[in-house]
Amino acid sequence: MTLGSPLDILGILSVLVAVAALLIWVERRLLAIWQDRLGPNRVGPLGLFQVVADMIKILSKEDWVPPFADKPVFVLAPVVIMASMLAAFAVIPIAPDVGIIDFDFDLLYVLAVMALSVYSLMLAGYASNSKYSLIGALRATAQAMSYEVFLAMAVLGVVMLAGTFNLRAIVEAQRDGWFVVPQFLGFILFFIGILAETHRTPFDLPESENELVAGYHTEYSGMKFGMFFVGEYVGVTLGAALIVTLFFGGWHGPVLPPLVWFIIKTAIFILLFILVRGSLPRPRYDQLMSFGWLVMLPLSFLNLLVTGAVVLWR
Amino acid sequence: MLSYVLFYSAALVSVVATIMVIVSFNAVHALLYVILSFLALSIVFYLMGAFYAAMLQIIVHVGAIMMLFLFVVMMLNLGRRTLEQERKWLPPAAWRWPSAMAAVLLTELVFVLMQEEPAALGHIVASKEVGIHLLRPYVLAVELASMLLLAGLVGAYHLTRREVKT
Repeated sequence: MTLGSPLDILGILSVLVAVAALLIWVERRLLAIWQDRLGPNRVGPLGLFQVVADMIKILSKEDWVPPFADKPVFVLAPVVIMASMLAAFAVIPIAPDVGIIDFDFDLLYVLAVMALSVYSLMLAGYASNSKYSLIGALRATAQAMSYEVFLAMAVLGVVMLAGTFNLRAIVEAQRDGWFVVPQFLGFILFFIGILAETHRTPFDLPESENELVAGYHTEYSGMKFGMFFVGEYVGVTLGAALIVTLFFGGWHGPVLPPLVWFIIKTAIFILLFILVRGSLPRPRYDQLMSFGWLVMLPLSFLNLLVTGAVVLWR
Repeated sequence: MLSYVLFYSAALVSVVATIMVIVSFNAVHALLYVILSFLALSIVFYLMGAFYAAMLQIIVHVGAIMMLFLFVVMMLNLGRRTLEQERKWLPPAAWRWPSAMAAVLLTELVFVLMQEEPAALGHIVASKEVGIHLLRPYVLAVELASMLLLAGLVGAYHLTRREVKT
């Protein structure tokens, strides 16, 4: 059942945190290019050391807890998102012999841990004891809870085709063909669901800066604020890795070694997330919710029914 | 051996957290302790081999039901006044005797449980088994539960329906 040694765990964890930090620079640079600007290009080659500069700045800032905050909960909230997002990576099958845990309910575990991460936003909003934070947290919770439903239902099509919750078995089942072909609708639903789960634009209503200052993390500063961001970027990486695992054949691919294929595919989806942010506007909140319940829900039911019928018919 | 250590520590966490739910004055903190207790319970399920139940415990109870509770409590915005009120409602005199009686019951329960052979840890229940049990012997219970949920859904829809202006 177990797969990784302590060394593997340490390696994967540190790579993840490094990728999350690097993504801040990647995102700023790419958004700038797509918006016809330059972006951070002063520190180091291509502005690559901007990450280091940001880190130094964020670590040396005063770690301030507002006097009106609910202190224990305020401190706990950013830890929850970072820990849960990193913990979810434990079951992601990176390559045939790279990974940490392999057990029969991988996929349910990922969904469970992602559900836990929502507590972070909610508790941050509550503990900050400020209006903007509270509104942001209420939005975040309602949005995450509704889109989690579609996320789980979109995955069920893949589970039916593969006949298992085990992510490694799902990857193996895609040896002859990626699930994105029979499950295209499922893929689209899952992609939208992941965008909403990680609060990326166009689903960043909880932290929409022009109406809520910064939403649930308005009162946070220093490394606590940084942890929300690391959590978000690990979440983006997790979402991309899940999409690759479930719909795009995981590590399968010609010529190149499996690990390289996994990294390439994941990187493509991370870039797609950023491109979506660069190109789509933010909807109104009621539009977002009614889109979820009136469009996503029927479509995911339809996907489930058709897939079930096809699987039974064969 | 390790699984027994994990089992008893998880069980201890869940018991302590449940006690904290009752004695904490702040409603949100009490809910956080409920969540902690559920998480510890899911570890207990996991160690007993019920992986599926453990995961569903987190997804359904922690991820959805408790979140709704917390959502509502947050919207009520209870504040400092309720804190004082709660504190007034639970002076030591109020819980001294009930807890003494509960302690007697607890000792009896522990005594009865000690008579039984301890169940073995780690009999793994596959998801297929769960599905077969739900749709064969317990199909009636599943159907009844779904009817209950449907009734709840219709009720909730009725309560939140806006009057249509003609």
